[in-house]
Amino acid sequence: MPELRKTVVEIEGRLHEEYVVVDGEDLPAWPEDRVLSRVGQPLPRVDARAKVTGTARFTHDIQLPGMLHARILRSPHPHARLRRIDVSGALAVPGVLAVLTHENVPELGWPGRPLFDTVLRYQGAEVAAVVAVDEAAATDALDKISVEYEPLPFVVDLEAAVEPDAPRVYPEGNVSADEASVYVRGDTDQGFAEADVVVEANFRTAAQLHNCFETHGSVCSWDGGRLTVWDSTQHVFGVRKTLAQAFGLPMHDVRVIKQFMGGGFGSKGGTGRYTVIAALLARQTGRPVKLLLDRREENLATGHRHNTLQYIKLGARSDGTLTAIYHQVFAGVGAWGWVAPVGGPARELYRCPNVKTEEYAVCLNLGPDSAFRAPGYVEGTVALEGAMDDLAVALGMDPIELRLRNYADTNQPRNLPYSGKGLREAYRIGAELMGWHLRETTGYLPRKRTILATLGGGGNHSPEGEQPPAGPGGVEDLVCWPGTQPEDLPPHRRRGLGMASQIWGGGGGPPAHAEVRVNPDATVTVATGTQDIGTGTRTVLAQVAAEELSIPVEHVRVLLGDTEAGPYGPISAGSLTVASVGPAVRAAAADARRQLVELAASLLDAKVEELILKDGRVEVAGSPERGIALRELTARLGNFMVTGHGSRGPNPEDVAVHTFGAQFAEVEVDLETGAVEVTRIVAVHDSGRIINPLTTSSQVEGGVIQGLGFALSEERAVDPQTGRVLSADLENYRIPTALDVPIIDHVMVPGADLAANNLGAKGVGEPPIIPTAAAVANAVYDALGIRPTDLPLTRPRVLAAIKRLEEAAQAVEAGAESGKEQAGEGGTR
Amino acid sequence: MERRGPGPVPVRMTVNGVTYELTVPPRRTLLDALREDLGLTGAKRVCDEGTCGACTVSLDGQAVYSCLVLAVECEGRTVETVEGLIRDGELHPVQEAFIEHDAAQCGFCTPGQIMALKALLDQNPRASLEDIRQTVAGNLCRCGAYPKIIAAGLTAAGVVAARAAAKAPEDGGAGA
Ligand code: FES
Ligand code: FES
Repeated sequence: MPELRKTVVEIEGRLHEEYVVVDGEDLPAWPEDRVLSRVGQPLPRVDARAKVTGTARFTHDIQLPGMLHARILRSPHPHARLRRIDVSGALAVPGVLAVLTHENVPELGWPGRPLFDTVLRYQGAEVAAVVAVDEAAATDALDKISVEYEPLPFVVDLEAAVEPDAPRVYPEGNVSADEASVYVRGDTDQGFAEADVVVEANFRTAAQLHNCFETHGSVCSWDGGRLTVWDSTQHVFGVRKTLAQAFGLPMHDVRVIKQFMGGGFGSKGGTGRYTVIAALLARQTGRPVKLLLDRREENLATGHRHNTLQYIKLGARSDGTLTAIYHQVFAGVGAWGWVAPVGGPARELYRCPNVKTEEYAVCLNLGPDSAFRAPGYVEGTVALEGAMDDLAVALGMDPIELRLRNYADTNQPRNLPYSGKGLREAYRIGAELMGWHLRETTGYLPRKRTILATLGGGGNHSPEGEQPPAGPGGVEDLVCWPGTQPEDLPPHRRRGLGMASQIWGGGGGPPAHAEVRVNPDATVTVATGTQDIGTGTRTVLAQVAAEELSIPVEHVRVLLGDTEAGPYGPISAGSLTVASVGPAVRAAAADARRQLVELAASLLDAKVEELILKDGRVEVAGSPERGIALRELTARLGNFMVTGHGSRGPNPEDVAVHTFGAQFAEVEVDLETGAVEVTRIVAVHDSGRIINPLTTSSQVEGGVIQGLGFALSEERAVDPQTGRVLSADLENYRIPTALDVPIIDHVMVPGADLAANNLGAKGVGEPPIIPTAAAVANAVYDALGIRPTDLPLTRPRVLAAIKRLEEAAQAVEAGAESGKEQAGEGGTR
Repeated sequence: MERRGPGPVPVRMTVNGVTYELTVPPRRTLLDALREDLGLTGAKRVCDEGTCGACTVSLDGQAVYSCLVLAVECEGRTVETVEGLIRDGELHPVQEAFIEHDAAQCGFCTPGQIMALKALLDQNPRASLEDIRQTVAGNLCRCGAYPKIIAAGLTAAGVVAARAAAKAPEDGGAGA
């Protein structure tokens, strides 16, 4: 009897309860020693040919007969009241069909904020939309809209915004303590009292802009009362649901299609305001409407990784055992948005009885934030792993030894053991590949470093040295003598090694459904409502189906990215697709397989239990002459189509499913220019069974490279005078280029996570970006002996740290001089 | 009466071996003419201002950012886009190598990367690793497929060099 159950699903550090229908036992995962011939193979992507020939059709490429083009007029001000708007000039431009503003926008069931507001809270807020016969006419018309704005006081700086007298984004204030996310385990006061050593540090991370190469955009077309939308989205079913609600339509009258997408990285998880606007204009004009954002709009209005101001404090016994962790986070979410779980690593990564994390959303007059590949964990790992290295220095311990001392075998917030955790193995493999032991002898830094001085006053932040008003502030830098440097380095360069750990979910869960249709020629169509956002989903799902059905991968075609192609699939986010949709596809393939074997049994006059399906044949085990080729079997059925159905089963109740990893960085810092060159990254991750090592390696490299951008160059720059974003283009916003990429060595920890799901596989999309910046920052600390705490590590910031280092050295020298006079009083501690 | 510029003008250009006569407004870029007028949507618009390389096509054998070229500048000229690389159903070695090495993640920058590398190998069939790195330095990739793009470039360079050597044995032969 099918039974409705609830199961816990973790997505991006947050727990959700989902319903799942359980009907019998789920398939067990393939055992570790099972030889798999399709799963685990480094196959090229099944859609690679479409991508290299230019035939892959992205939302940008959709052209429909009679299609119109729309563009949005956006506020040039960070904060303004819209006094008056006159669109007559725009309507007079030849080829313009309609203009939408707050004055004429129809009532909708749209659950989001008003499409056009009269208080504009960020540069880029929607003011009007124009639809015209072509893009040029629409763009011309934008210029002809006359708007009277009343500029209002604005705040764009995170630290300024938390001040009580700061200009307010909303009358209620910029920080809401009620909405803070606070987590407490044990008693941190007591934990710090028990500590022999306490370290504390402030960190700042910058807002990172997704810069998806395909900008956000949609093409909307009405056919009678039905709406079809081509959308650059990570969740076709989510967009369908919201549009049905917005337009008061039954869900089956909305179809959302996304075949190929030029990147999302978390920013395309929701339903776009531009999509609703395009659908409105299409309804109004009775013609299809295409609305694509340009690069600047993309960078102003489609989300970002929130910037953070973090204070972290660790207490430990002299043997390194953690007694308390306190982590406080202020996140600049923009005009509205959410705080990602920045405190997640502090809550989960290390065994510690006393932990407190506080996460505050701070509103700013900047575009709303959104998820960005491993939201929160990237930023939080910088702070936690940075502080762990400070602690290692303070204790004179090797950083890895310190981490192993505090190794957590259970998920402490949930009080559940991990289903599998290959972090110890990742440390071991990574240390070996990086030559970590060199750190202890000569060449790199000696393991025990002399603490040269402590510099007071929180001046470690910005080159200007202002103190963060929000956090407890006033923390001291530990400044160390760098150890012996390798002889091959010129004197103005310093080399350093650093490492950092990664924890993340990636266990997936229901709901996710799939259908496997076996055609009369024994080719197979897998249909599921997930999407391939450039990660290789089509390919891994084809491999899973081919494995279960024992047929060549080329015989499988995967239909996805269309609400009418297959049953519900979840959002492509949270590294959950392989672990959610993959098991559903396997279950559907197993269902089809069962039916095929039953049919063969009646044809062969054999018992079902005797039959095996292998390499395209069904035969009696042990007597291959009593068998039939799959193709012959399906051909005999004429046009009867065997259809298997499958769903993702519930998550295991007694374990927590997570992914782990460690990355190591080798850097060289130029003392004269402040330039940080990352010369090598070693990335070792545990995501359970790997379905496709080739596409996995691309995910790892891509994650590391985005992480390097976050560490070194990517920063939304905002002019404090005007409140305008200075880096809304790809010239001023610096994503890594081919020349910025170091050697990246990567290894996946071998082994399947058999308890996780019927594949034994976990996600791999987000883990690789998580520890990169932390490892690089720790390597820079190792190279310099002082930690630049603001990311990205641009030259001015590194130079400021170097200057402080020199000041410390001078202070010590002076201290030594006076020490000679007053014997016994040294400058070191 | 409002001031108006010149209206649409006729332009004749050869794209992937076919000669077209288009009527385009003077401000229309080659990229938009290819995508909107000819339906050749392989080249992508990412920045529209010459920063990213996603719109790279070949113009008279040179790789250009087609968002920086006006369609009217292409009168009498020859354009090749990613759609034109297939010959008798066979992919160009750069395309083959991109598939083999998984050099396309989302695939949005891919046509531009391929056209940039193809132009390099046309001009220099013995391109080195450094040539390849410098070439794709002008083509950004947000997915970070760079290590594989460079690997694919090297593989393709090997194939092109071998073909060049086979075609002209005297040129790479005994004396070399
Ligand atoms: S679109 Fe032409 S260089 Fe970016
Ligand atoms: S593959 Fe996505 S931008 Fe290059």
